Amino acid sequence: MNVLSVRDLTVEFRTPGGRLRALDRVSFEVGKGRILGVVGESGCGKSTLINAILGLLAENGEITSGTIRMSDGRDLTKLGDAELRAIRGQRISTVFQDPMGALNPVLSIGRQMRDIQYRLPLSRAEKDARSVEMLRKVRIPDPESRLVQYPHEFSGGMKQRIAIAMALMMEPELLIADEPTTALDATLEVATIELLKELQRDIGCAVLFISHHLGVIAELCDAVIVMYAGAVVERGEIGTIFHHPAHPYTERLLECDPGRLHERVGRLPTIPGEIPDLRQRPAGCIFAPRCHRAEPRCAEPPPDRSVGPGHVARCWLAGETAEARA
Amino acid sequence: MLGYAVRRLGLGVAIVTTAMAILFIMIFLVPGDPASVALGPRATPEMVEALRVRMGLDRPVWEQFWNFYASAVRGDLGTEALSGRPVADVVLEQLPYTLALIVSGISWAVALGIPLGALAAVQRGSLADRIVGVLSVAVIAVPSFVVAIYALLIFAVWLRWLPAIGAGEPGDFADQLTHLLLPSLAVGLGWVGYIARMVRASMLEALQASHIRTARAFGLPERLITYSYALRIAILPTLTLLGIGVGHMLSSAVFAEIVFARPGIGKLVYDAIIVRNYPVVTGAVLVTTVFFVMVNVAADILVGALDPRVRSELGR
Repeated sequence: MNVLSVRDLTVEFRTPGGRLRALDRVSFEVGKGRILGVVGESGCGKSTLINAILGLLAENGEITSGTIRMSDGRDLTKLGDAELRAIRGQRISTVFQDPMGALNPVLSIGRQMRDIQYRLPLSRAEKDARSVEMLRKVRIPDPESRLVQYPHEFSGGMKQRIAIAMALMMEPELLIADEPTTALDATLEVATIELLKELQRDIGCAVLFISHHLGVIAELCDAVIVMYAGAVVERGEIGTIFHHPAHPYTERLLECDPGRLHERVGRLPTIPGEIPDLRQRPAGCIFAPRCHRAEPRCAEPPPDRSVGPGHVARCWLAGETAEARA
Repeated sequence: MLGYAVRRLGLGVAIVTTAMAILFIMIFLVPGDPASVALGPRATPEMVEALRVRMGLDRPVWEQFWNFYASAVRGDLGTEALSGRPVADVVLEQLPYTLALIVSGISWAVALGIPLGALAAVQRGSLADRIVGVLSVAVIAVPSFVVAIYALLIFAVWLRWLPAIGAGEPGDFADQLTHLLLPSLAVGLGWVGYIARMVRASMLEALQASHIRTARAFGLPERLITYSYALRIAILPTLTLLGIGVGHMLSSAVFAEIVFARPGIGKLVYDAIIVRNYPVVTGAVLVTTVFFVMVNVAADILVGALDPRVRSELGR
């Protein structure tokens, strides 16, 4: 059963320079209790995807087609503000990238954690007890006395753990983690990933884990979707994607991961070229201008090709490439 | 918090002390002998000399300087040149009228400026936002004495809704309040504009913050986000601005009290300058300085009480 299933989601923004298609027919699903990684360069549409799911797109943004279905079959793109608000923080919760700015600086931690529980028919003391319990789960030492403190009295790693505690407070079905460890240093990153994994098992929620760090994705996730310029170019189980990528972009992305280099190089590998202007999408494959395998047929829109079980790539060469290499 | 408050208070005392030194130097530099001014042109040199000794003007400068501080601390601001009454009594008699005027001026600014600014920010780009924007610039641009004269003309002379002059019957609170409406509008109207603009700007900034996005992602009600999460932060620079506004209103009060023929510090200083009653001018300036500094210390302490970051940064 899927906690979230996104079908052909297209999001466009009205800009002074014309309509900008930020997401182009995005499809994927997150199974119950599974961790799905989302990987891609900056500007590939990861944030737009989160905002579209949460119903928090900027005013000039609009879902022009597609569906986002919850486990009960409701389509989030059809729901009104009040219904979406009832889902946010309850059934779908989010941890954002910036732990420094994610908490309100003038309200105490206790107050903010109480506010999240505003729908529960509990007394103030009962809500505080739940907050303390949650803070203990994320290993904040001495949580009872911490409730009266303000965000600036905590370290960056603690703030991110508090943000995680807040997100899991209502035991959501789906946790969206938007680069939760990017702002933390390496040791904290490992500890936070471990904590997230443990809590996920505890609560049994599914996770949509957004990161540009391939090592973290490989470590944490069951499956992964690779995004490029607003499109999911490839999706599949983690081992398959990392060992048998079917899309040239995924191949290049993996080659660029510094963690995979085994010898010293003078210059880290990069993918030549830049993400194209999304206001003027080419008719064919959006990656073609940067692709080292581009062919004449890439000027036509590429199909979503099934390469193996649960493994799909949006590329003319998908499957063929794998066969050729086999 | 206590440490922070004590530090702010200490700073306030330092500012008052410096202001008093400047005031003393200014009096010292004013041409003319206060004693002969006080006694008028027909006084004999002996009478002038006797008064000089009584006023302590024959003493060395540093001793006069010390005496000025020492007596001010004791609450002795000298005696009025004409009636011989203690200046402190004269000033404190008038102070409540000006305080009432400024408090009600601030009330206009807070009661109208904060909601209008918040509304404009929340409905950014709407018709309401544009109307508030144009009106705030308009009321900031109009000098308070112009507001005073037109308010008098429209509401008191033409419409006859409100009384024109005076401060109302002593003891009759409602009467005093109706006498306050127009003068306080005159001193406060421009500040409605300032506050609205300030609140709008800091509210827009606060609404952009990533913790607001977090609050939305947690499904908090929009009203809670606007008023508890954003306005709570946006209000902080406004409080500091209000402290400065009090100083500005003290000078507008001079116009308002003259136009509406109200008693008060402004009117007192104006009358004293005309008859060269310098001790009263000095005393009134000193009292308003202390008042202004106290208001700003209070504003700072209030900001500290509302912003835990300020408290822990400056309280150590």
